[in-house]
Amino acid sequence: MLSNQEVAEEIAAKFGDSVYGFEEPYGLLTWSVTRDNILPLLQYLKEHGRFSLGFLTDLTGIHFPDNKGGEFAVVYHLHSFLNNFRLRIKVFLPGEDLHIPTATGLWESANWMERETYDFFGIIFDGHPNLKRILNIEEMDYFPMRKEYPLEDATREDKIDALFGR
Amino acid sequence: MEPIKLVEAPEGHSGAGFFATSFDKVIGLARSYSLWPLPFATSCCGIEFMATMGAHYDISRFGSERPSFSPRQADMLMVMGTIAKKMAPVVKQVYLQMAEPRWVMAVGACASSGGIFDTYSVLQGIDRIIPVDVYVPGCPPRPEQILEGLMHIQELAQNESLRRRNSEEYQLLLESYNIQ
Repeated sequence: MLSNQEVAEEIAAKFGDSVYGFEEPYGLLTWSVTRDNILPLLQYLKEHGRFSLGFLTDLTGIHFPDNKGGEFAVVYHLHSFLNNFRLRIKVFLPGEDLHIPTATGLWESANWMERETYDFFGIIFDGHPNLKRILNIEEMDYFPMRKEYPLEDATREDKIDALFGR
Repeated sequence: MEPIKLVEAPEGHSGAGFFATSFDKVIGLARSYSLWPLPFATSCCGIEFMATMGAHYDISRFGSERPSFSPRQADMLMVMGTIAKKMAPVVKQVYLQMAEPRWVMAVGACASSGGIFDTYSVLQGIDRIIPVDVYVPGCPPRPEQILEGLMHIQELAQNESLRRRNSEEYQLLLESYNIQ
């Protein structure tokens, strides 16, 4: 069985300063990595003989508007079927430069998940074969999960503040 | 067993071997008791519609015996459930494919107004894309409410002038939805 401790130690030794912020909320090993090292790190974990974190469970984005210099994060969840072991990797991106290399070269399943992340957060995955909206209507001209946009439908005229005591 | 109840004949003149009345009344009568519904069910209101179709509530008692899954042969579009903005063109196309005269029932809060889904991805009521004749409130409405909605459409069909669909008012209504 793999322990969080030994995975974290090996990764910290191998990738040095580019990995940081190790923690284990609710027992799930989590750390952050710089944008330049995300692909080598994912490839290393996937092809590692013993870790064999071969399954990309999830890939999504988060928006932290108050986190200056790292307003957006891309989150990767990996799973090792052999070891029944999971971990989570975050890459923080500055709001004005939302580029990150695509993981479609490692997992075909990253294709749709990266499109979804682009659709909702506007994060651009460099090298993605078909980076366009997947769930929202094509005509949508903004990225709805960014926190600067209201979740409500903007075309409603009957929902005035007075009715809601605001 | 009670005797089978028939629809009462419309007003008219009857004599030996003949009965005379106006086309409006006869056609309205015929239409209202054979409204073929096109169920467009997307969520929980669709489940209530399944109960409405089933033996216990039995929408067939009102002449809607045959749910028409082709819009070409349907008289009444029943939109039941949340319509996402991405699905709006599909609803509209189904409506366009129906032949006149056609009626539309918005069943449930979502189809009528977006319901609890006041969000960027959900259409805030199907009357934003097609004209609606009857709104059935409820989240979801009970089968009795859906049946009452159907009875209201029957009433509309019975009392509708045969010329209504050619009237300028109706054309303007369709134009306001960018239809035709």
